[in-house]
Amino acid sequence: MKIAVCLKQVPDTEAEIKWDIPKGTLSRDGMDSITNPFDEFALEEALLTKENYDGEIVAISMGPEGAADVLRNALALTVDEVALCTDDAFAGSDTYSTAYVLAAAIKKAGDVDVVFTGKQSTDGNSGVVAAELAAVLGFAPLTYVSKVRSIDAAGKKIVVERAIEGGTEVIEAKLPAVVSVIKGINEPRLPNLMGIRKASKIEIPKWSAGDLGVDAGKVGAAGASTKVVEIAVPPPRGAGEILKGEIEEIANTITDKLIDLKVIK
Amino acid sequence: MANDVWVYIEHKDGVITPMSFELLGIGKQLADGFGSSVCAFVIGDKVDDLAKEAGAFGATKVYAVEGEVFKGFRGEAYAKAAAFLLEKYKPEIALFRATSMGTDVAAAAAAQLGFGLCTDTIGLAVDGGKVKMTRAAFGGNYSVSVVNEKAAPQIATVRPKAFAMGEKDASKSAEVVKESFALADADLATKVVEFIKSATAVNLVEADIIVSGGRGLGSDAGFAMLQELADLLGGAVGASRAAVDSEWIPYEHQVGQTGKTVKPKIYIACGISGAIQHLAGMRTSDCIVAINKDPDAPIFKAASFGIVGDYKEIVPKMIEKFKSKLSR
Repeated sequence: MKIAVCLKQVPDTEAEIKWDIPKGTLSRDGMDSITNPFDEFALEEALLTKENYDGEIVAISMGPEGAADVLRNALALTVDEVALCTDDAFAGSDTYSTAYVLAAAIKKAGDVDVVFTGKQSTDGNSGVVAAELAAVLGFAPLTYVSKVRSIDAAGKKIVVERAIEGGTEVIEAKLPAVVSVIKGINEPRLPNLMGIRKASKIEIPKWSAGDLGVDAGKVGAAGASTKVVEIAVPPPRGAGEILKGEIEEIANTITDKLIDLKVIK
Repeated sequence: MANDVWVYIEHKDGVITPMSFELLGIGKQLADGFGSSVCAFVIGDKVDDLAKEAGAFGATKVYAVEGEVFKGFRGEAYAKAAAFLLEKYKPEIALFRATSMGTDVAAAAAAQLGFGLCTDTIGLAVDGGKVKMTRAAFGGNYSVSVVNEKAAPQIATVRPKAFAMGEKDASKSAEVVKESFALADADLATKVVEFIKSATAVNLVEADIIVSGGRGLGSDAGFAMLQELADLLGGAVGASRAAVDSEWIPYEHQVGQTGKTVKPKIYIACGISGAIQHLAGMRTSDCIVAINKDPDAPIFKAASFGIVGDYKEIVPKMIEKFKSKLSR
């Protein structure tokens, strides 16, 4: 079975985010970067799938050259192949362009049965690339997956559980499929020292727009359907009121105030 | 018609999902800005009742695709039908709710057609003949507004509760336009085998009241107390990442950057320090009550009402007062 996993480099969730307001892009100078936390679950699910069913894993990332770090981390966890989709033309890609480039990379990797992605990224937060990727590739869309029940590569079948509003949906789908996973589907492992040392020596293959055969007019800022017209800092919440006094008195005041909002039915 | 504003009607088990009509209210405002009409579109196995309801909430026209294959929600099938309608009629913008159902349909339809997609929108306005869409970025520390540069339609998903629900007027009705769109089971790669209803039915995104707990609860036992308060108020229980990572409560309750984004009318945060990752998921709540032992906890900066103290003493007192004041 051929397994692909998409990994995105994002600013450290602890980092202070700065926008380059005139340019409308993220100012990445001096900011620590990490693998998107949701993608760590996708990578672990790919590793578990390989262990349970046999197969090989190709890890794909799209981003600036520095995004090679997330692939090096994946190599340390013993994925078989990696590829970094990087090209100046990709800068400023929207979700559709991102799905379009990743789809080209998955096609180039060849004969992929299942693609794992995280549910969303912690920087863009859109949570739609997996569904767009499935649509572009014509693969079965399986989003918000909380458990992979079984994969039958020979029979081209996968059964998963999806965590959606109000409960869990069990879906049977034809392979190939795109599976986006939620937090908690597994416990991501950490690379060991030997793996890290070995990975540090491997050269990361880079795929440009030309290598992928993508239409340069459909990617990056040129391909984006929307233009940023305004970046603003929302007004801070007004200073609140600290309730003081004995517990009895505080409980009395706060319950009155909440009842006065006329929200409690 | 060109310039029309379309609203996707989300439904499950033959019933429109709660609050699904909040988009018709804002859709009407946008349509007024364009001098066009707000229309609904609905996909399902039986759509007549849904279309009637959409008319009562202000849709002037309802476009519908009906068929046996649409019995029970299937993102893949619904997206194909939505793409068919959007491509045929090319409205100015199509609005979906940013729920799991709405997002899946919007994303797949947008990708199939190559249309632009703006997700989790919190602001919509007509500006210079275009729809200006605003979304929160980086935990609500910034808001970013975008406009569509390419040909219409634009597709947007809208954060639940970002806009007020429209008024219902049962005397109003919409013209229903049924389109036939042939789709067979064999054309689809996915099949729903079963749906297992959650015993606790957590629906944080739709909840008007959320009682949430963090590391300061100290143990899973604290959540039983919060559940009692939430039940009393008809609300849901939320949690910070620290509480979920401690395995005191399942992930489906998590609010914040790696959990759900919520906008309830009342958010009661107990033993939550208020890290930016948590604030990212709840800072737009209408009224925030913070209960924390540490007077310097950052949550107090976001709170409408702050209580410095031990939740173990304060929450039971609140339960007692609510019970007597609400006669429960």
